[in-house]
Amino acid sequence: MRDMHLINIEVNGSAHELVVESRRTLADVLRQDIGLTGTHLGCEHGICGACTVILDGEPVRSCLVFGVQADGRSVQTVEGLAHGDELSDLQKAFSKNHALQCGFCTPGFLMLAESYLASKPTVNREHVREVVASNLCRCTGYQGIVDAITEVAQQRSASW
Amino acid sequence: MTANTAPFTWVGQPRERHEDARMVRGRGQFTDDVARVGALHLAFVRSPIAAGRILSIDTSDALRIDGVRAVLTAVDLGETELTAVLERDGFVPTSMPMLAFDHVRYVGEPIAVIAATDAYAAEDGAEHVFVDIEPLEPITTIDDAAHHRNIHEAATQGTLVDLQMFEHPEVESLLNGAHLTLDEVFTAARLNAAPMECRATLAEIDERSGQLVLHTSTQVPHQVRSGIAQALGMAENAIRVIAPDVGGGFGLKCVVGREEVLTAAVARHLGQTVRWSEDRRDSLMASFSGHEQRYGVRAGFTEHGVLVGIAVDVECDIGAYSAYPFTCGVEPLMACTELPGVYKVGAYSARGRGYATNKAPTAPYRGVSRPQIVLVMERLMEKAATALNIDPIEIRRRNLIAPTDFPYTGPNLITYEPGSYLESLDRCDAEIDRLGWRTRTAPGFRYGLGICCFSERSAYGTTTMGARKMGMTPGYDVSHITMDPTGSVTVTTGTCGHGQGHETTFAQIVADELGIDPADVRLRQGDTDISSYGWGTFASRSLVIGGGAALDAAGKLAESLKIVAAAVLEANPEDVRLADGQAWVDQVSVPISELARKVHFSAHEIPDVPFRLLEARGQADPDGCFSNATHAALVRVDEGTGEAHVLDYIVVEDCGVVVNPLIVDGQVRGGVAQGIGAALYERLSYDEDGQPQSATFMDYLVPTACEIPDLHIFHLETPNEASKIGAKGMGEGGAIGAPTAVLNAVNDALGSDFDMLPVLPSHILAMLATEERT
Amino acid sequence: MKPAAFEYHRVFDAVEAVQLLEELGDEAKILAGGQSLTPMMNFRLARPTALIDINHCDSLDFIHRDDDVLTIGALTRHRTVEMSTGTKFRDGYEVLPLAAPHIGHYPIRTRGTFGGSIAHSDPSAEWCVLARLLDATIVLLGPDGKREVPAAEWFTGFLTTAIADAEIVLEVRFAQPRQHAALAEFAQRQGDFAIASAAVAYDIVDGVCANTAVVLGAVASEPFRIAELDQIADGLEPTPDTWRKVAAAAPEYISPADDLHGDSDYRRRLAKTMIERAFNDAASEKES
Repeated sequence: MRDMHLINIEVNGSAHELVVESRRTLADVLRQDIGLTGTHLGCEHGICGACTVILDGEPVRSCLVFGVQADGRSVQTVEGLAHGDELSDLQKAFSKNHALQCGFCTPGFLMLAESYLASKPTVNREHVREVVASNLCRCTGYQGIVDAITEVAQQRSASW
Repeated sequence: MTANTAPFTWVGQPRERHEDARMVRGRGQFTDDVARVGALHLAFVRSPIAAGRILSIDTSDALRIDGVRAVLTAVDLGETELTAVLERDGFVPTSMPMLAFDHVRYVGEPIAVIAATDAYAAEDGAEHVFVDIEPLEPITTIDDAAHHRNIHEAATQGTLVDLQMFEHPEVESLLNGAHLTLDEVFTAARLNAAPMECRATLAEIDERSGQLVLHTSTQVPHQVRSGIAQALGMAENAIRVIAPDVGGGFGLKCVVGREEVLTAAVARHLGQTVRWSEDRRDSLMASFSGHEQRYGVRAGFTEHGVLVGIAVDVECDIGAYSAYPFTCGVEPLMACTELPGVYKVGAYSARGRGYATNKAPTAPYRGVSRPQIVLVMERLMEKAATALNIDPIEIRRRNLIAPTDFPYTGPNLITYEPGSYLESLDRCDAEIDRLGWRTRTAPGFRYGLGICCFSERSAYGTTTMGARKMGMTPGYDVSHITMDPTGSVTVTTGTCGHGQGHETTFAQIVADELGIDPADVRLRQGDTDISSYGWGTFASRSLVIGGGAALDAAGKLAESLKIVAAAVLEANPEDVRLADGQAWVDQVSVPISELARKVHFSAHEIPDVPFRLLEARGQADPDGCFSNATHAALVRVDEGTGEAHVLDYIVVEDCGVVVNPLIVDGQVRGGVAQGIGAALYERLSYDEDGQPQSATFMDYLVPTACEIPDLHIFHLETPNEASKIGAKGMGEGGAIGAPTAVLNAVNDALGSDFDMLPVLPSHILAMLATEERT
Repeated sequence: MKPAAFEYHRVFDAVEAVQLLEELGDEAKILAGGQSLTPMMNFRLARPTALIDINHCDSLDFIHRDDDVLTIGALTRHRTVEMSTGTKFRDGYEVLPLAAPHIGHYPIRTRGTFGGSIAHSDPSAEWCVLARLLDATIVLLGPDGKREVPAAEWFTGFLTTAIADAEIVLEVRFAQPRQHAALAEFAQRQGDFAIASAAVAYDIVDGVCANTAVVLGAVASEPFRIAELDQIADGLEPTPDTWRKVAAAAPEYISPADDLHGDSDYRRRLAKTMIERAFNDAASEKES
């Protein structure tokens, strides 16, 4: 018998009630059960960060959290960043600074950056670089990603 | 706009990419994002050992696992195989079975496939298939292969390819008589391209078209179609291959994977939608790898540091099989043909061999042999400079192909078009001084700077590719363009972007030709039902060949538009100019959208126009071209840990006309990051039993942002005269130059003579310990 | 890379966890942050039959300071320690928040827990090395009630500890602050497991080192304290010369295994460097 659980998750503000097998990772629940495929799986052992989402305000690797653990919690994914048709400042900065090529790792970097910026850090390019080092990108060499996040940090910090 | 100013062109603008909006919203559609209710998930039973004979396969337990719907072996799927062919003596054709049925030849080789209701149950099933394998002694190195046994019966010398590509009759005597003769060995480790998206395939039957439809993460959809047609004995029109968004490839996805063919075979066998999503362990263990090579080199120099000859013996560890369709010849042939690079090497002899070993098969990986031949040439320059007491930059100047030499035909029978070899070196030298690299010191650390000059042959057409004598010769591409009633344009290409921004750059090229906005140009790619047969995206071919075909098509469409405009404006077509969305005759204009509407909906009003609709076909099949660059790395070595850290990096590159500077710089940065990985971090290790030791991202070290510096990039522009766009392919250069620029910097810092990639902290600290003792 | 099936249980306090552990047998595991366990499960290298999720045990998420005694609840996230800016780590325990950034990456630290790291007992883990360094006490709850194990007896081999059946780590208690302490480590990439690490601590009594402790990480199957090195430092002035002397003596006491990231010789040399760097950091930390 499979070990099934009824769970309630809020994702990007919408409530979801699901029955999931206990071993199903949050990443698979988001992607396959809820249909939010922006969260990608790049390694399934917590190194690449492509699956990074924000769980109750903190960035987590959704490949290392079981879906059942998100019961009663709130999750933000890349699909929740834009305001309708309007891209967020961070999304725009990624495009402007050519912070993505194939785009596969991009959702993870965006969610990593979003949670980092939410902590209202002191703007420092080298610190941004250390945060960016949490995730892997194979296309860009990271410079555009560091540029984009630093730029948004500078803009947002004006109102912190 | 004044008469002295060049007219505005979209080509050259740092246009933000059309691709980005969907990607930053998480709405990119990668293969595994394509939803299909009820699709079965596949998992493969893979060989746990490197070499052995399959005695039996027991699938009965697996079939009893909850969720498992089918367990299939080679017998069930008809023992299908793919054979890659090189029509040359010295090449041993071997077949790669889709599922192993008699022998296993590497750890991870697929033996059986499970179809289950989800990926979890599929893995459960795979654990319950019992394969009895009689182990054989594995061949894990070039020396094993050369001195012991063959892993394929036909490969009696241990090689699947062995070619004396060039043989100068006097090279030995010239080398023996040279003022300085270097006798050296250079090695490079096995690498994995490690695209962030592993491979993935979804296969289903489309009942309306009667087609077997694949969504697959590939750089080469048409070749996948051909491979499946060959392996499964199907007509190509019965197969549709779609490459949706592809999360990086770097060569790993430019060959046909057996799992891709198997996913198709299982869908057909079961008559059901099935999907396979490779995980990272399988990808690092059992996808394709590359770059594991050894070079035995003899090189002669005059007392002034001028090369008189090179004899090279290229040995590649190509793993267990020849990948389809490029064959295992891709590395040794490329190495032999292009080793001289940017230098005049004098007499030249080159032998290339590919040894079959019990390791995962190899495929092209960004740069294909060029990182290694650059390692050879640039280390030779450094060694000769030291031996002859010549400045390392000066010795390069003395050997580079000079501006007055172009067009230059080398001893490798390649004719090099003009490039800025000397100028890029001089510029790089000047930037090194400007940045103050030569004056860095700090206690406990050693600083070193390394440079690297190279060229990057790109945009290989059929004449160039034909020289390789593959069973299938890639090279051309065809593009179709249509203008719809709103005046918007759809262009197809047989190339297949996966991060290179084709949707943006192709639109820039086409927009200039038609006088419209790039936002009104839509590129369709990665679908064999949409594009004509094409060769996909690899070998830095897409912008020059695919873009060239699109430009050719757009040019023809522009001619048609001018005929329509001439009819409407009562003028001669030759007097019509397309710009700013209008067709102009002198100061009178008509919107192009109006012309498009008229052609579609009011053709009767322009009876003199001799054609219906606005469509054209273009093609390109160039000989190929050479970008060039000089790289420089500043490295800091920590004496206490042996860590070599790249602090700063300069690229002076020349890819002719830059279509989109954002994208070109992005390609350079990403390539350099991979090259730094190859220099200092990455290697796929195997133990003596052929067990992979680096099948996780904790062990295969892809550099993070902390290991990659910001780059200083400078562009020179020597246009490609053979192409109307003027651009040269440049997708691999970063990865070609960086490994050796970094290695040279490490050697400069330490006064060492490392000739291998990667050089690791343990190597460095061991070397420093020797220094302490002496 | 999908985990094998398991039963999932959520508990709200440690007593409940212990009851379940007893009930479910020794193939059941505690799920805390899951940053080590879950990857091993995804590789199917770990296959617990049941997971007992303690992430809702709020009473295990705390940091207390009472004079010299610092107590860290098992469910305290690495990130909480890292971001502690108050007085809890002052006067002798600054090394803990200072070492935290070495643990994985930011999204790992938001999730991974102090107790989880101690229970997993990776020989390169920062908290394990520091627990050994500062003579921490691991407080456990089991079917027979609470039990305390000194760090010196906690680590019993590679990824094994003195934990008994159906026991859970409640908290880790530090009672012996040192005036000076630091941890230094090296990995090829930022955030990776250390190839070698060293943590040192000492007091200065009458101008010379006292109560010195040197612990090495990642060079043995468990965090490794070398009493002979402690004795070299004790009684000497806290100078770079002393640190060099201690570091130079270290290699002969260790015989690390070869692995992909460094052979034995490399790890030995690296350990020496890490000891010297840790001492230098420990000395300068207090000055600044």
